[in-house]
Amino acid sequence: MKFAVIVFPGSNCDRDMYYAAKDALGEEADMLWYQEANLEGYDAILIPGGFSYGDYLRSGAIASTSDIVVQLREQADKGVPILGVCNGFQILLESGLLPGAMLRNKNLKFMCHFENLIVENNDTLFTSKYEKDEVVSIPIAHHDGNYYCDEETLARLKENNQIVFTYENNPNGSVADIAGIINEQGNVLGMMPHPERAVEAILNSDDGLKLFQSMLENWRERYVAGA
Amino acid sequence: MKLVKVHITLKEGVLDPQGKAVQGSLNTLGYDNVKEVRVGKYLELTVNDDANIEAEIEEMCNKLLANPVIENYKYTVEEGVVQ
Repeated sequence: MKFAVIVFPGSNCDRDMYYAAKDALGEEADMLWYQEANLEGYDAILIPGGFSYGDYLRSGAIASTSDIVVQLREQADKGVPILGVCNGFQILLESGLLPGAMLRNKNLKFMCHFENLIVENNDTLFTSKYEKDEVVSIPIAHHDGNYYCDEETLARLKENNQIVFTYENNPNGSVADIAGIINEQGNVLGMMPHPERAVEAILNSDDGLKLFQSMLENWRERYVAGA
Repeated sequence: MKLVKVHITLKEGVLDPQGKAVQGSLNTLGYDNVKEVRVGKYLELTVNDDANIEAEIEEMCNKLLANPVIENYKYTVEEGVVQ
């Protein structure tokens, strides 16, 4: 399986994402500079965390206007799995690939610590190796992680089972304790917590590894004959 | 040249933790008349004269300057300084 990691100016979790795919999962991965990236031929696309363009205007806003987002939309429409973590999630929101927006954390602080997440939906290509309602320990690291959407959108997210992860103890004020959501088609996942920072025991948790293993398993089932 | 002044504010109902903190500080300073503070953004754009400028500003606000999910915008177009 071949992963693309998109690198924006200001990305800072790109190497962690690369490490998770390449070393922890043991699959192929390329780090692609956003201006030169050609996303054709990749089996999955990872948008890493960080502070693209210094979070100018709004987190993810400037990155969402770059040409790479046109390619992202094409790949999303084709059903290619796309995972956006932290700033990657913010970019997916700003580009309209996922509904809603991010506000400043309710306590106005940058927070960086482990949080317990509840797997609300394990019937996705990103979470099939988790149990439903499983509690997993994954670190957060953000200032603008207070997910907001209007009531209509929230009702739709619930109805379509698009809320994939929630916080056990909501740290940032997110609507409905939302930590991660998926698009209706089921191939674009955005989440604030960092699964790529929890892929081996030495990092204090390997609960994030199953997310990447789920992607791999799903890809094998779909595309590798006899798997 | 025209000078476009854009004001961006959080929509009603969207929590503004920053505004709440500023309001708390103002109250602490004794300004008890302050019941709510909403923090927003103000941008000045210097643009070429164009008959279509209003439509373009609308587009810019919706596409980039404001996030319609959480923010409202309003703007004025004024005669700019001749360069």
